Amino acid sequence: MSFFTKRQTTGSSSSAALAAAAAAQKPWIEKYRPKTMDDISSQEQAVAVLKKTMESQNLPHLLFYGPPGTGKTSTILALARDIYGPEMIGSRVLELNASDERGIQVIREKVKNFARSTVSHNIGNQSCPPYKIIILDEADSMTADAQSALRRTMETYSKLTRFCLICNYVTRIIEPLASRCAKFRFRPLEEKHSRERLEMICRQEDVKIAPEAILSLIRLSEGDLRKAIMYLQSASRLIGKDAEIGIDVIADIAGTVPESIIDGLEACWRTKDYNAISSEVQNVVADGHSAAKVLSQLHTRLLKNDVLNSIQKAKIAEVFGDMDKALCDGADEQLQLLNMMTRVSAIAA
Amino acid sequence: MALWVDKHRPTSLDKLDYHIDLSQHLKKLCASGDFPHMLVFGPPGAGKKTRVVSILRELFGPGSEKIKIDQRIFETPSKRKLELNIVSSNYHLEVNPSDVGNYDRVVIQDLLKEVAQTQQVDVSAQKRFKVVVIHEADLLTRDAQAGLRRTMEKYMSNLRIIMCCNTTSKIIGPIQSRCLLVRVGAPTVPEICKVLHKVVKKEHCGPLPESLAVKLAEESGRNLRRALLMLETAKVQCHPFKENQEIPRMDWEEFIRVVMAQVLRMQNPESLQIVRGQLYELLNHCIDPTTILKTLARELIAKVDGDDIKMRFAQEAAFYEHRLRIGQKAIFHLEAFVAKIMSVYKRHLMSMDM
Repeated sequence: MSFFTKRQTTGSSSSAALAAAAAAQKPWIEKYRPKTMDDISSQEQAVAVLKKTMESQNLPHLLFYGPPGTGKTSTILALARDIYGPEMIGSRVLELNASDERGIQVIREKVKNFARSTVSHNIGNQSCPPYKIIILDEADSMTADAQSALRRTMETYSKLTRFCLICNYVTRIIEPLASRCAKFRFRPLEEKHSRERLEMICRQEDVKIAPEAILSLIRLSEGDLRKAIMYLQSASRLIGKDAEIGIDVIADIAGTVPESIIDGLEACWRTKDYNAISSEVQNVVADGHSAAKVLSQLHTRLLKNDVLNSIQKAKIAEVFGDMDKALCDGADEQLQLLNMMTRVSAIAA
Repeated sequence: MALWVDKHRPTSLDKLDYHIDLSQHLKKLCASGDFPHMLVFGPPGAGKKTRVVSILRELFGPGSEKIKIDQRIFETPSKRKLELNIVSSNYHLEVNPSDVGNYDRVVIQDLLKEVAQTQQVDVSAQKRFKVVVIHEADLLTRDAQAGLRRTMEKYMSNLRIIMCCNTTSKIIGPIQSRCLLVRVGAPTVPEICKVLHKVVKKEHCGPLPESLAVKLAEESGRNLRRALLMLETAKVQCHPFKENQEIPRMDWEEFIRVVMAQVLRMQNPESLQIVRGQLYELLNHCIDPTTILKTLARELIAKVDGDDIKMRFAQEAAFYEHRLRIGQKAIFHLEAFVAKIMSVYKRHLMSMDM
């Protein structure tokens, strides 16, 4: 795979040293971002359709949606690189994301100006499609006003410009915009693809990792490849080059609450002893575990629990739901945990 | 004269007293030259900030301690001017964007981009990046957090972000997946005692009885900062230390006890009227309403007997704390809590009589 080899740096030695230093500090998620459409290992359906449309030189407006870390941004960047080549990409693609100001003003000025400038068919001897691409990353954090300002712009300049909207929640894109785009859903990555990618990175970076650690990495990341790669890199930094990465390190980095603590909490469900519950909760909070994580792990336990009957489980699930809502509103973690535990113990005991 | 808390704050990773494993890991990280974004979380008084300062020192040497404070003015798209204090050294910046409330997104966008887009020119420089420390990251709005996402990836070569927060529950997933999560748990009681003994020795103020140290540690709720402050107060009150010395309490804590006693003594509108006055007094002294509610609930629960009633109190406390957080005016919810507790308690008493 040629694209993984380091690019040849030309010029003075100092700039070469700089480039090398920069490459070494690049996070792996950037370093191993697929560079061309052929590199993208999963999302077969979306990739196949996109390749077809690329051949016909007629790209529709695009709307990518799906959970984080499934390759939405990577796909569009790879697509743009395939269409324009590395030199032209700078002048033909405008990328705006949530870190840029994207109020209605910017849509009216910056986007419109970029959208209406015409581009020539070919540059030098290279042929190039006569349109530009505007990527609106994290489009679900745009205001509804800004989105509606896009509506007419998209249609008027559709000859010159294609839009690509990327978001996590398609419901936050207003209907008129969504109907103007070809929609692609990005699914969470399958285990097979995640594993391939992670193993490849381990080989390239010389990381020693236990096979079961890779498995737990995939399980913890829940189909989010970026998360998995990030955890892997953090783990290898923490451990150092020589040692092997084990399961415990991965669990530590992912911020999972140790099983023993969850066991303790689950055991408390059976008692009606307030002081026991209170001290257990106190310890969890003092150790700095996040209540949301505790809740989600307890929920997994609840599903597997075979002592409780279905009605009890359903009631407990309702309590969990209330707590999650309260946590989202910013309520105090300790009180909420206490509340949840006491209510559950009333149901379960 | 500095407070003992500040005076004896460790300044390097080697001098930290507990979580030795964590310190070792952090040291390795700093040495590797390949430093990730970080999210440091843990309860208050566990030593998050101390660790961050130590990391900075480890990365950049003593230069990171020469800090200056300046005020920056940011402008929102609607031309509103925001003022924010920024602590900075040559190598890092510390900000607390949640100070400007809903406009924190502007600060994140402007400030981080400015830092991110300036490159280190000096090739021989120790580190090629600047560090931005964001305090109270859990108070950042969702917009501001979304603004961080791409910036964190794009400008990784010039910029590292260290975020400090109490809980990761309010940090959005995409940010968590871009950071190395560092959990700083609260020190255990023996660990706090060790530190207390060490400080007393350094201050040359006589031996500290073991029982007093344990009492201080337990009273502080595993909060080291609080334990040290209490130790210093204890020293002012009575020196040399005595075995069974009374631990000084905060005024407001005493006052909340008065409120608690009133709630349990009488449950009728007149009593509620008195409590309202007391609550107003607490609020007027700028005690955080959540703290009032939590302390009051803790005192109440400690005072009543029976698991059922204790649990009921805890549930009500959680319910009204949630209301307090979404609501606007604190006094309504505090009073509603007190009224509810009174009614629950009265019913409980009546059922016992029968």
